Formats: sequence, structure tokens, C-alpha cells
Amino acid sequence: MFSFKRVIADLKVFGKGNFRSREGLFFTLVFPIILILLFGAIFSGGSSAPTTVYVQNLDGGPASIAFIAALNSTSAIRLVSAPTSVNLTQYLSSHSSTNGILIPAGFTLAYEEDQPVNVTVYGNPASTTSAVVSGITSEVVNQFNIEGASNVHSVRVSQEVAVSKSYSYIDFLVPGLIGFAVLTSPMFALVNVSSSYKRDKIFKQLSLTPLTETEWLVSKIMWYISMTAISFVLMSLTGIYLFGAQISFSPGVALFIFIGPFMFVSLGMLVGTISNSPESAAVVGNLVTFPMMFLSGTFFPVSSMPVYLQNVARVLPLYYVIEGLTNVMIYGNYASALVDFGVLVAVSAVIFALAVKFFKWRED
Amino acid sequence: MPAIEVSDLRKSYGSLRAVDGISFSVDAGEVFSLLGPNGAGKTTTIEILEGLRDKSGGSVRVLGLDPWSDAYELHKKIGVIPQGFKFLDYPTPREAVGYYAALFGKKVDPDELLKRVLLEEAASTYFLHLSGGQKQKLGMALSLVNDPELVFLDEPTTGLDPQARRAVWEVVRKLKEEGRTVMLTTHYLEEAEELADKVAIVDHGKVVAAGTTSEIVEAHGSGQKLMVKGGPDLEEYLRHNTKLIVEASGGEVTVRLKGKDDALVALKAIEESGAAWSDLMVRRDSLEDTFLRLVGEGAVSEETS
Repeated sequence: MFSFKRVIADLKVFGKGNFRSREGLFFTLVFPIILILLFGAIFSGGSSAPTTVYVQNLDGGPASIAFIAALNSTSAIRLVSAPTSVNLTQYLSSHSSTNGILIPAGFTLAYEEDQPVNVTVYGNPASTTSAVVSGITSEVVNQFNIEGASNVHSVRVSQEVAVSKSYSYIDFLVPGLIGFAVLTSPMFALVNVSSSYKRDKIFKQLSLTPLTETEWLVSKIMWYISMTAISFVLMSLTGIYLFGAQISFSPGVALFIFIGPFMFVSLGMLVGTISNSPESAAVVGNLVTFPMMFLSGTFFPVSSMPVYLQNVARVLPLYYVIEGLTNVMIYGNYASALVDFGVLVAVSAVIFALAVKFFKWRED
Repeated sequence: MPAIEVSDLRKSYGSLRAVDGISFSVDAGEVFSLLGPNGAGKTTTIEILEGLRDKSGGSVRVLGLDPWSDAYELHKKIGVIPQGFKFLDYPTPREAVGYYAALFGKKVDPDELLKRVLLEEAASTYFLHLSGGQKQKLGMALSLVNDPELVFLDEPTTGLDPQARRAVWEVVRKLKEEGRTVMLTTHYLEEAEELADKVAIVDHGKVVAAGTTSEIVEAHGSGQKLMVKGGPDLEEYLRHNTKLIVEASGGEVTVRLKGKDDALVALKAIEESGAAWSDLMVRRDSLEDTFLRLVGEGAVSEETS
């Protein structure tokens, strides 16, 4: 019964229509790139001006002074020393800064005796400058340890708020914004298409041909998988070449480029098909889309959100798309990515089945 | 075997009886028209025949199939142009025909088909930019892609200008010439009179008259009448000196002609009256007169406004 030829015939007409309607093309391909340009420009401006970092030296010994000199030799940060009598956190906030380094008392002694000692880096994980500060501090610490008399790595960096040292914000932004595109372009399109086709009786018209509801839906899924693949490539290249994002094109990405659009085409279809008018479909569509758009790790990492919001994020399907993409593109953590993929397969299967069940071209 | 057989068809929406026991049959090769005011149940009836809606009661056979349960089979043999045909914005008519041909698995030359429905001049215009008449013609072209035995047209000319309407009629005549059965709903009397071999007049979900147009006029019309322009004195004279039924309005006197000799009696009386008269004519009830008699004037003025 299912005919691939009919799916292709439908795909051709739908795809051509999408390319001819400029808004469709804009939201599928151009908008995601604009997003990445915008967010990339805002958050990767680290190279243009050095970041001010407040250093509180509670030690004052020769090793601590050498350490500060080493930090100072990098051009990306500008050190300002904070008085030893104040609480550094309060001092930072009174100077509208989130970047600080605390060298504890006994630093020189510990360094000379090769005892472990912690340098604390204060930072804001949602800000790229903090990642830069923490990265630079770690590098200096490494260098410092190597230069240490006995070659024992005794100085450590401890962070008040953890930000992985070698990753920058743009690295997380690329999978996040790809997730954003995976969600929004099929959702908004399908909510609109399914409800307006219903209003204009185009589904009724199509029901008079041998095309089936499932074939129609599969054609839309194939279209949005292709569009997502293209926007994935464009967004990644923009991230890499314009903002120096460190991401990898591993084959595991394909899993999420496939399952993401599959899920959100089905979900958009479901929303459009159970709504009575294009207007109510748009409202329901927004209700479903907006929480996911902001809470799933699109614009900032989920780990930087309060715990209760992190729990909310974990019930949103987009969370697993972005986490999966991050696992594959940044950490190369395939075991976790497979878990994310498994969750998505299960949820999509349910949504697809519901969409097919409720999506009927004929009325009683 | 008739192409369509409908017996005691019923369809209710809650307490509303949209179709309330309609029966008729359509022979193969015939142009059959359901005529009636808006809301009479025409579209519901035709959508049940097309397999787009389920019935609440009665029986329906279309080309020997049950349209609801055998819809997938039926749709390969019928063509449908729904009321106010709309389509995707961006295919051109040529692409739309190609799309349908691929869906039906038929080899069709789009340009030839578009020529048949008089749409060749707009073959490469996006659907979005077609005029109302051109859109309707594309609807006809798509309904013909699968070379259907039976074509349904639901109000095909509503909202079209007279020229576009005539072009649609031209296509319907061609369909008949090609031996296809055509089922047409309309609220335009003129359209039914122009095109249909047989007409069923529906009102409030029921068939109130059926047959050829002359059969309907014969059965439900008021027969022939003699009309003459004249004043109240003429009317007065005819009323008192003949046994004929006389009506007057707007300076015109109408005499119903029932018996064979009524016309002669009336003429004689007019001459004897000595009253002034002019413009004498004898005319038969038209389908319009009969239609108005059956469904009431209110219904018509409402739907043409």
C-alpha cells in the first residue's frame, strides 16, 4: 500500500513550493545562520578587548608574584589587584565583575614544598569571558607546575563554578542553535501547513488521490531532515570558521539530524491536526515550542540553570537532541549520545503514532 | 446498472438533519444536477457520494461501490471538483497536473490536459496568481487526470464572472460528449437548465421534484398562461364574464390556461371588453417559476444576495 513513488512526487511539489516561498526558505536556512552570527558575535568577542580580572593575593610570597606575572603575560586578560582585606566575591559584585582569581595564603610555601594547593577562579558559566579566564589560568598553572623545581604538579586550579577549561561558549552554542533549528523550522511549518491545509480543504482534495496520510507525513519528514542536514552544515561551518568553534563532524551527528526532524514534524502535525483553526493551532504550537526553545540548552547550557529548571528541561524532547549533539560534536561521548538517541526514538515513535492516528483526511 | 444509486439517504449533525431521506439515481453518461438553495443539503449529499463523509442512514452505491468503505478504489474512478477549489500556492498548473499524474500512476500530457480545460495560457503561472476562473479550471484538469468515468462538480461556477462560467460549461459539455457521467450541484437555475439531462430539486434535505426539466415544469408548474398589458377595467371584465383564473399586477393581466379552449375564451373576452390592451402573449412556466414555487422566493433571494 505504502508507495515510495508517491512520497517522492509529493516531496517534489512541497520542496519546490518551499524554495519558491521566500519566507519558508528564510526560516529554514537563513534564519539559523543569522542566529549563529548574532550569538557568536555577542559571546565570542573575547579577542577584541582584554577581560579585567581581579586578583586577590593572600600569600604575597615570591611564587605567588611569579604566578601573577605569568598570568599578566597573556594579552587576553588584564589583572587588577584586589585588596587582601576584603571578601573577594563581594568585591567582585561591587565592581560589577564576575571574574576573579584567589591566591591563598601559604601558596609559596606549598609550592616550594611541592604540597598541593588550590588557586580559585571565580566566574560566570553563562559568560564566555569566564571560560577564557579559567582556560588561561589553567594553562598558566600547567606551565608553572612544569617549571616547578621537582616537576611535581602541585598547584591546582579549583573553580568556584565549574566551566570546562578547554571549551568555549561558541562550542556549546553551535549544537544548541542546531537544536533550535531542528525544533523551530519543522514545528512552525507543520503547525501552519496542517491547519491551513485543513481550512482550505487541501487535505480533502488530496484524499481523493491515492496519496495516503502516512505517505504525506513521511514526505514532510524527509524534507525537513534534508533541510536540517543543510542547515547543520552551514551553521557548523559558520561556527568553525567565523568563531573558531571546536566541534567535530562525527557520523553520530546523523542520528540526531534524522530523529530530530522526525519528532518535530510529527509533533507539529499533531498540534495542527487536533486544533480547530490555524489561529488556535498557532497558540498551541507556541505553547509547546517556546518552553523547549529556551529551556533545552539552546542559548545557554542547561547546567547553568537552577536545579528545578534542569529537571523541567529533562522532560523536554529537545533537551535530548541538544545533549546528544553536544555529546557527539564536543565530547565524542558516544555512549551517552546513544542513550539520548534511544530516548528520542521512543518519544518520537509515540508522537508519530499519535499524529498518524489523529491525522484523518476525511470527516465522519 | 446506474452510475449512482441513492435511496433514503440520511445525514444528521446532532439534531440537524442535513439530508433527510433523499433518493435518486443517475444513469451512466448522464449529466445530473442537484439544484437547490444554499443549505439544502447538496454539498453534504455529494460529499457522501464522493466518500468524503459517512452517511447516517440509507443506502448509496457509486459505480457499484460503497463510497465510504471502498473510497480508495472509488477515488481511482471518479473525478471531483470541490466547492471553491483551493490548492497549494506554488505549483504551476503544469506541475500540479504532473503531481497528480504521479500520484495516480498515470501517463498524462499536462499541456494537452490543460488545453482541454482551456487553461493552456496559464500553464506556468503559480496557483497563487491564477484568477478565480483559472483556479476552477485547474480543479477540473486535476479531476480529469485519472480519466474518470464519473465527475462530480460542486457549485463549479459560484463566484465566477459570466465569461468564466461559460468556459466551465463548455468543459462540462465536452465531458458529456466523451461519455462521462457528470453529477453537478448548483444553485443557478440557468446552469441546470443549460447542462443537465435530469434535475433533482432539493430543499431542507429532501428531494421536492425530480426528472427532466420539462417533466418537472409539467408536474409542478402551473401550465400555460396568457399575459396581456391592460388596466383594472380589463381585469374586472375578464373576472366577471369568464370562469378563468385571473390575476393582475403591475399593469399586466394574467390568465391561467387550463383547458384546451381557455385561450380562445380569453381572447374573445378581451375583444368584447372594449378595454385598452397591448403586448399579448402566451407563455409556459419556466423552470425558474417552478423552482420558486417549490422552494419559495425567500430562499432564492437569500442565496443570490
